[in-house]
Amino acid sequence: MKRLRNLRLTIRYEDDLVLFRTRLAKTGLVLLLAVGAALPLLLGDFWITILVHAGIAAVGAIGLNILTGFTGQVSLGHAFFLGIGAYAAAFLAGRWNLPFPIWLIGGAALGGVIGGLAGPFALRLRGHYLAIVSLGLLFLGNHVFEHWTSLTGGLTGTAVSAPVAIGSFDLGNLRGVGLPLTRNQGFFYFTWAVVLVLGLAARNLLRSRPGRALQAVRDRDQAAEVIGVSLVHWKVGAFVVSSGYAACAGAMYAAFARYVSPLDWGLFLSIQYVAMIVVGGIGSVAGSILGALFLTLLPHLVEAASSRLPFVAATGSRGGITVFTLNQMLFGLLIIGFLLWEPLGLIELGRRLKRYFGAWPFSY
Amino acid sequence: MIYRATGVINFAQGSLVVLGAFLTHQFAVRMGLPFVLAVLLAMAVAAGASMVIERLVLRPLVGQPLFASILVTLGLVFVIEQLCAAIWGYDVVLIGDPWGVRTLAAGGVTVKLLDLWSLGLTAVVVAGLFTLFRRSTLGVAMRAAASDPEAALAHGISPRTIHALSWGIAGAIAVIAGILSSAGPKGVDLTLGLVAFRAFPAMILGGMDSTEGAVAGGLIIGLTEVMTAAYVTPSATWLGGNFHIVMPYLLMILILIVRPYGLFGTAEVRRV
Repeated sequence: MKRLRNLRLTIRYEDDLVLFRTRLAKTGLVLLLAVGAALPLLLGDFWITILVHAGIAAVGAIGLNILTGFTGQVSLGHAFFLGIGAYAAAFLAGRWNLPFPIWLIGGAALGGVIGGLAGPFALRLRGHYLAIVSLGLLFLGNHVFEHWTSLTGGLTGTAVSAPVAIGSFDLGNLRGVGLPLTRNQGFFYFTWAVVLVLGLAARNLLRSRPGRALQAVRDRDQAAEVIGVSLVHWKVGAFVVSSGYAACAGAMYAAFARYVSPLDWGLFLSIQYVAMIVVGGIGSVAGSILGALFLTLLPHLVEAASSRLPFVAATGSRGGITVFTLNQMLFGLLIIGFLLWEPLGLIELGRRLKRYFGAWPFSY
Repeated sequence: MIYRATGVINFAQGSLVVLGAFLTHQFAVRMGLPFVLAVLLAMAVAAGASMVIERLVLRPLVGQPLFASILVTLGLVFVIEQLCAAIWGYDVVLIGDPWGVRTLAAGGVTVKLLDLWSLGLTAVVVAGLFTLFRRSTLGVAMRAAASDPEAALAHGISPRTIHALSWGIAGAIAVIAGILSSAGPKGVDLTLGLVAFRAFPAMILGGMDSTEGAVAGGLIIGLTEVMTAAYVTPSATWLGGNFHIVMPYLLMILILIVRPYGLFGTAEVRRV
């Protein structure tokens, strides 16, 4: 009996609403934070860079999950909003020399506004039509990025100087304030702090009234409208929030990479984000982060392992499997595999394990 | 085509086109078979491959949310293209077509033989599909299976067979598209797959469930693109050099705001 009480079954509606179900979840988060804080001190610069990119991707993936996972609007235009954020950061920080919080929030806000303008498409279009229109938006956006030379530098790209600094406390130059940390280590803490804040914000949003409204729109939009969930309000709202997250990720990317090229924001990036939420877990904030981590790390792990794999060739001009080929193929297979066998993603695998061992030795 | 019969939009169609062209290259150039035989073989193989894909990947997703099937075809793009790359490499290869760069002069107009064949074959395929959907039992069965699988089943139509068949046909057509777009000195490499993404505006502009619409949409998109390239781009340089490439998307978005189901598409009636 005591064991059963420890299970924390969902017995009241309030159980579904709490941020942390058990004390274990809270301890887990603290542990995770501790490990995260220690990571940049233990890893080499190369892997820290990749983890920073994973953090940036996590922010974008959370945004896409709000739109696709929770509201059910398939968008292939996510990369476009990342691009907006990046150029907004380049402009606000580089040209106008605005301080760090302002260019970050400003970039996110601009993304949100443009997302809000794109939102009405979702009111008119459904399903396939929406997916293809978002694809069209992406191509149009890329055209603008490539040709608005005064802002984006055209195909040659543009250098970005967006210091993450408050006063003299510059994350890019922590040695200046007496901390023995490199730029990458500084950015690691910054990025993952943003992931934590935005992740908790998303979690908070989605477990409360807006989250329920969005899911109602996803599951049965007409029924939702009938019981008083305004489609205009929530669909556009989802686009605004999602694009804001994407633009925030883009702004962080620009600040970290210090260089932005219009070729960065293509269809492939959009598909990558979609793959992240599919692999990580549709409709789950933690899943988005997991998916972002997994898909960002995977190519580098494959590359690291490729020297041991006998069938990987050095060059692919005459056929044969190169690291690139292998990665792309794995990427495609992952999308297909997860959709077929675990549509709720990695996070569902975790949940299943937890359920299984939570009720041990009973299999339910 | 596939959308018409299965209600699934296939982002991997472009990859099938690439696969078809590479298969033709394999049979015609590497194995030295006569071109027509090579094309027929390639069509058979591509049709078989598409049916296998349908059976393995798409069928388990029947009844799943829409975006699952969209994404799964996107996943297929990567797998098919990289398989092609692994087998045939990234370089441009010729497909050994008989037309080459030969031209035909008639009445003062010089036309490339290839262009004539393209026009002819396209017309045949379009007419064939049109008749198939409108007149034949199979076509009616396909439309039935797409619009209501259960009702179709009750009438003795097997949606499974229909889905497999339509994927097979789409695979075979992809081979024709593949050879037409990579015949002559152009050859084929992986970038050919991108062509398919340019077909979407045409498809969606005409309305996705309409074959006439696809043809009309294709014409409108093609004409707009050429006209924009000829008249708009030179006079409005601030729009950027390759504006004609994105013009179709702009047009598509504008039209879809006014008519969400395309010009010839049937509006989906939704009952509560």
